[in-house]
Amino acid sequence: MTVLVGRSADRVSSPLPDRPAARRRLLPFSPWHLLLMPLALLFVLPLVQMVLTSFMTAADINRFPPRLIPTKLSIAGYQSLLEQSQILRWLGNTVIVSAISIVGHLVLCSLAGYGFARLRFPGRTVGFFTLLATVMVPIQLLMIPTFVMFSRLGLVNTLAAAFVPWLTSAFGIFLMRQFFLSLPKELEEAATLDGCGAFGTFVRIVLPLAKPALATLAVFTLLGSWNDLVWPLIAISDERFYTLQVGLTTFQGTRRTQFELLMAGNVLATMPLIIGFVLAQRWFVASMTFTGLKR
Amino acid sequence: MVTNEIGRATTHAGPPTRRHRAPVAPSGAERGRPAQRWPRRRRLAANAVTGWAFAGPGTLLVVGLSIFPAVWAFLISRTRWNGIAPPRDLGWSNYQRMADDPELWASVRHTFVLTALFVPSSILLGLVIAIALSQKIRLITFYRTCIFVPFVASAAATGILASYVFNPQFGSANELLRLVGLPPQLFLEDPKQVLVVICVIALWGEVGFTAVIYLAALQDIPKDLIEAATVDGANRLQVFRHVTLPELRPVTVFTAVWQTITALQLFDLVFTTTRGGPLNASQTVVYYVYELAFQTQRYGYGSAVAYGLFALTMVLTIAMILYSRRARVEAF
Repeated sequence: MTVLVGRSADRVSSPLPDRPAARRRLLPFSPWHLLLMPLALLFVLPLVQMVLTSFMTAADINRFPPRLIPTKLSIAGYQSLLEQSQILRWLGNTVIVSAISIVGHLVLCSLAGYGFARLRFPGRTVGFFTLLATVMVPIQLLMIPTFVMFSRLGLVNTLAAAFVPWLTSAFGIFLMRQFFLSLPKELEEAATLDGCGAFGTFVRIVLPLAKPALATLAVFTLLGSWNDLVWPLIAISDERFYTLQVGLTTFQGTRRTQFELLMAGNVLATMPLIIGFVLAQRWFVASMTFTGLKR
Repeated sequence: MVTNEIGRATTHAGPPTRRHRAPVAPSGAERGRPAQRWPRRRRLAANAVTGWAFAGPGTLLVVGLSIFPAVWAFLISRTRWNGIAPPRDLGWSNYQRMADDPELWASVRHTFVLTALFVPSSILLGLVIAIALSQKIRLITFYRTCIFVPFVASAAATGILASYVFNPQFGSANELLRLVGLPPQLFLEDPKQVLVVICVIALWGEVGFTAVIYLAALQDIPKDLIEAATVDGANRLQVFRHVTLPELRPVTVFTAVWQTITALQLFDLVFTTTRGGPLNASQTVVYYVYELAFQTQRYGYGSAVAYGLFALTMVLTIAMILYSRRARVEAF
């Protein structure tokens, strides 16, 4: 009886001493803020510092004690970055690599995903399980033979070395297959009965329905290919074909202490994705969980 | 199988669509075998062509960039090869050599230390953050954005930023220590601290992902379960301990396996912060493979070490999955 009363009075104006209410009296805000505020600052302050430092003068950076806010704004870091490196070219290379990777992923993964989800053909099961098995192959096993393979194919020191590994992935194919399996079959069957071939059905009926999954796939491919370090690092040594990530790592050896330049490079390499993320955040996190749980 | 499929399609489609089908299929249609117009073999061939036209390019590329090189790596691992001169067959001796390579065992130890630090802390921190972020309080969108943003930054940028923040002379980490009255540290330049610092940096970048996974799992817990427990007189802590935590178990297994693989294969961060230093104190196995192959051109031995790490990863992953099976957690 009492339990029932307590439950119906839930949150409204409970006569029973409710725990959250008791706490609310101690603090003017939820105690969770005490945990979340410092954590949030810990996560975001280094990035803020990165941006601020990129606009500092060398004198400001070397000042003791170190300071967070620049005394005067300077774009010297960006200027020397432009003069001393081919950063714009690297940015262009990264954009090209990411664009090709996304197109490759969208086309190849959706085609293969649809094939494995809906079509019946000999070798389908074997093909699919081979694909799943490739997920277990770790990157360190692939570095050496892939490099040798690329050099025999003449891909070393070309942008292709950076985007060929990103044209498609078992993960992407699996993601698309799971999505296509979740679609109702009736629409496709109707299209087939109306005389649409498999490809026509795929392009006219299925793809328009797959926009959320395709967007998720594009986000993941963008993140992966934009931030990829390993493939361009091992296969590209010609400065003209560096991606941003490889280019950044070369600064460390030669310009260790030019922090304004290092941070300016960092800003160029991370801000496009960070701004995109903040603008499209809700949807971004949704696609993150969408794939995370289905992986 | 093919006739089954089509048979099922007709029953699903119902009478109006069967009329559409009538001109295509001859008299056999009523008995559920409409597609007898083509001989079976030709139909199979047509199916194969269509199917592989869809699935072929993607599958071929994935296999060509993973299974094929993995098998090749095994062949390479049984040779001495620098990539230029013809490879010399060595049998299993590259693998035997691994047993008494102190540098390899040091990197295995570093990898284990990193994994042991990283996996539990990323799970714990991810869970705590997810619980905090699932509260319905003000500013929650702001908090979510802040905690997730580092996940978007690349390992290269993170490494460079970390080298700045943890720079013993100019870095803000030491400034922070000074403000609380603690002595300054060498961080990445101290062989004793370097693994812990790399783990902290990895957590900074990766924990957002764990938190998002847990957040989604928390939202998936049926509300009536928690209500039922509350009705039965459980307090918040008891609800968490006996309802929430057990419901989260499959996700925890998933996260543990995922983060273990991440930690065992850590390369980018090591490359962009310390390049294995100081005094090789942060050299992980994957970094060692990279060095063997691309600094000293020892492709054969490098491939053998890579296979060694592969075996280790497999054993650990399978052990974790078997353990979760025994504990009746259905995660895979």
